[in-house]
Amino acid sequence: MADNRWGLWSAIAFVLIAAAIGGMIPPYDTGLLTQMLIYGIFAMSLDVLHGYTGMPSLGHAAYFGLAAYVAAICSLKLGWGFEAAGAAGIAASALAAALFHLLALRTAHSYYLMITLAFSQVLWSLAVSWTDVTGGDNGLPGVLRPQIGSWSFGSTIAYFYFALAVFVVSAAMLYVFVTSPFGYALRGIRDNEMRMRALGYHVWAYKYLASIVSAAFAGVAGELYMYLNNFVSPSALSVTVSAQVLMMILVGAAGTLFGPVLGAGVFVILQYVLSTYTDRWLFVIGVIYVLLALYAPQGALIYLRDRLKARQRRSAG
Amino acid sequence: MKPLEIRALSRNFGGVRAIADVSLALDSGERRAIIGTNGAGKTTLFNVVNGQIPPSSGEIFLFGENVTRMPLHRRATLGLARTFQITSLFRNLTVIDNMIIAVQALTTAHFVFWRRLAHYREVLGRAEALLEKWRLTEFRHEIVRNLSYGTQRQLEIVMALAGNPKLLLLDEPMAGLSAAETHLATDIILNLDRGITVLLIEHDLAAAFKIADRITAMDQGRIVAEGTPEEIRQEASLQKIYARGGVRHE
Amino acid sequence: MNFWIINTLNGLSLAMILFLLAAGLTLIFGLMHIINMAHGSFYLLGGYIAISAIRLTGDFGTGALLAVLAIAVTGVIVQRLFLARLYKQEMPQALLTLGLLFIVADVAFFTWGGDPLLVPEPRLLQGGVRFLGVIYPLYRLFLIGWGLATAFFLWAFLERTKIGAIVRAGMDDEEMVRGLGINMPLVFTAIFALGAALAAIGGVLGGPLLGMFPGADFEVALLAFVVVTVGGLGSIRGAFLGSLLVGLVDNFGNVWFPQLSLFTIFVPMVIVLALRPTGLMGRV
Repeated sequence: MADNRWGLWSAIAFVLIAAAIGGMIPPYDTGLLTQMLIYGIFAMSLDVLHGYTGMPSLGHAAYFGLAAYVAAICSLKLGWGFEAAGAAGIAASALAAALFHLLALRTAHSYYLMITLAFSQVLWSLAVSWTDVTGGDNGLPGVLRPQIGSWSFGSTIAYFYFALAVFVVSAAMLYVFVTSPFGYALRGIRDNEMRMRALGYHVWAYKYLASIVSAAFAGVAGELYMYLNNFVSPSALSVTVSAQVLMMILVGAAGTLFGPVLGAGVFVILQYVLSTYTDRWLFVIGVIYVLLALYAPQGALIYLRDRLKARQRRSAG
Repeated sequence: MKPLEIRALSRNFGGVRAIADVSLALDSGERRAIIGTNGAGKTTLFNVVNGQIPPSSGEIFLFGENVTRMPLHRRATLGLARTFQITSLFRNLTVIDNMIIAVQALTTAHFVFWRRLAHYREVLGRAEALLEKWRLTEFRHEIVRNLSYGTQRQLEIVMALAGNPKLLLLDEPMAGLSAAETHLATDIILNLDRGITVLLIEHDLAAAFKIADRITAMDQGRIVAEGTPEEIRQEASLQKIYARGGVRHE
Repeated sequence: MNFWIINTLNGLSLAMILFLLAAGLTLIFGLMHIINMAHGSFYLLGGYIAISAIRLTGDFGTGALLAVLAIAVTGVIVQRLFLARLYKQEMPQALLTLGLLFIVADVAFFTWGGDPLLVPEPRLLQGGVRFLGVIYPLYRLFLIGWGLATAFFLWAFLERTKIGAIVRAGMDDEEMVRGLGINMPLVFTAIFALGAALAAIGGVLGGPLLGMFPGADFEVALLAFVVVTVGGLGSIRGAFLGSLLVGLVDNFGNVWFPQLSLFTIFVPMVIVLALRPTGLMGRV
């Protein structure tokens, strides 16, 4: 049950199908698929922190955007190659999480939500104000897509396959992470921290590592996002982004790792469909949040599954 | 080397002395019951020994080591395990997951994040074996919050045994159990390996008298009597405990 | 010297606006454990409605009153209809208020547009006066005075009235207070409405200074959150001290390090939390 075999096979099927059709569909749709992969990684990273460890974060965009900015600055202003810039970005996010959580884990649970929000807003405001380094509101355009040796991933299709490869590697690593003994411990911590301590677990160390891993993968997603758009701006650090990724794990099923990937897919489609018909995207997110909060705070998938089970029981009994 | 030694332990909450000047020593393999009315300080005593709250004064020694300032989670590595009066399991996880988490806690695998748990056959095997030994295998895939109260209490004890403890603190293990369930639980505790020292808090005086080698009686934070079950039974000053707090008599 | 006086007064006027928000926020959390992500929305709507109401009636006082009443009623509705159903569930409550934040932000944008609007200063309070050796806007002095008065009245309410005692007791041990037969749901609604009203007053009074624009809710709410975190959840005294700290740091920070923006507030927040994880006067 904890292994979530169902989710794993769905994810594998999704990857195989995506790999097969990625080159054959219209370029715009390939772009959407790429977005799904990128947000999928982002959602999985938050799931590790929120769904598995039980640390609700409203500031995950901080790690998403920070890595993008650092990678962009390293390649545009320092002339670093893709490998170095990319690594620097991920390292920056991981380091930021490591420093931030030295403080964040000392405070009471109720504060965590607010200080994660504060942290991401501080980074956002830095991005807007520190114009010399970050380009301010205009951001940093002109970032070229990855070039590894003689392989260029500049075209839409090539970049799609690049993102797919990164997704597969990330998903595999995170899958091992959450099904490892460490991952089981995270689940215990989310459920009953005091019991974990009584059993002998050094809870702080688990939360600390989980936050760093979560931030690192959020950074991976952020960089992929930047390379997709060839550009990074303060919006990558905004509350909206944090709220959107939170919505992805809630629409999916928090704590299942692959449910949030589904949530990411749903989100991309929803955003695409709605932006065609209306400008009121923010309003729609708000309503979805209210509905989720009232009816399915554990996740829409879980809500649906429970309703299905209830109906089965009624018809069987 | 005594499994547990407490010297002049006190704990205050504001102006209230929850436990005052408590001294206690257990012999290896002993079964000791702590009895007393509500508010006598029994659970506070457990919380201090366990490490959940620090003492205001006094010292605690586990297997000869001074653990007074030792963090909660490190005491478990010395062989201390505990159950809670209000069932404290992982309610949203399955029974088998609960056992796995309990079993792996003190093994070298507990911090491994680069390998799937499935790889650690010893952990899985021991978890399954424990469930089998205590006849909980049929529940292995049940979510804990869906279990009956009695089964949960049983799991609570089994989880505490998962780490091969040498000192077991049982906080009112019979709380809320039916007469039949109490019999079962009493048998479980009686049949525990004598390599494990047991300290239990119990309101059910019949069970306490049946299990314990020695009994310590507390009232208003202090120890008021200590002795064999026979001696305690005769002790007149404890009649108020029997009248006020005692529950079932045979 | 003038530099110090003027900027300290500027910092204080900002601090008072923040206090109006932080006080409500901390009361709501202290009593009901609700992290009201939509607190900035009350501020925003209060300001926008005041702008429209003042335009309509031509009078600042009437318009302001209407706005505050409207928001108080909104607060009652939100609490009764939505939040009460999620009693004691912290995360869903935070999610719900987050949803409301987005809904209100979009509705406000749709209704009042994207350009910054100013709440007009009341005629009586326009102009400058001599104060401590400088010429200083009368309105800002009024704002500082209002903030101090509010702090005093909140203190008096909590410490000297029966209802205040109930609120304080409720923050400590709600079960007990219910057990005494007191209608806690009513107290909850009242305090939530009070918090919303205070935020609306913040919007109305702060409007002439800060302006109303899309994103003002986020900006001011974040500062209020920082204040409440620094001051300690559930403490009015903490909210007051926190407001002073954040208001002054933000102001001087913007004067000396405009490039660093919010970072200047983050630093003292980190320091305070590192030394006192529950905030200056936290009770959590």
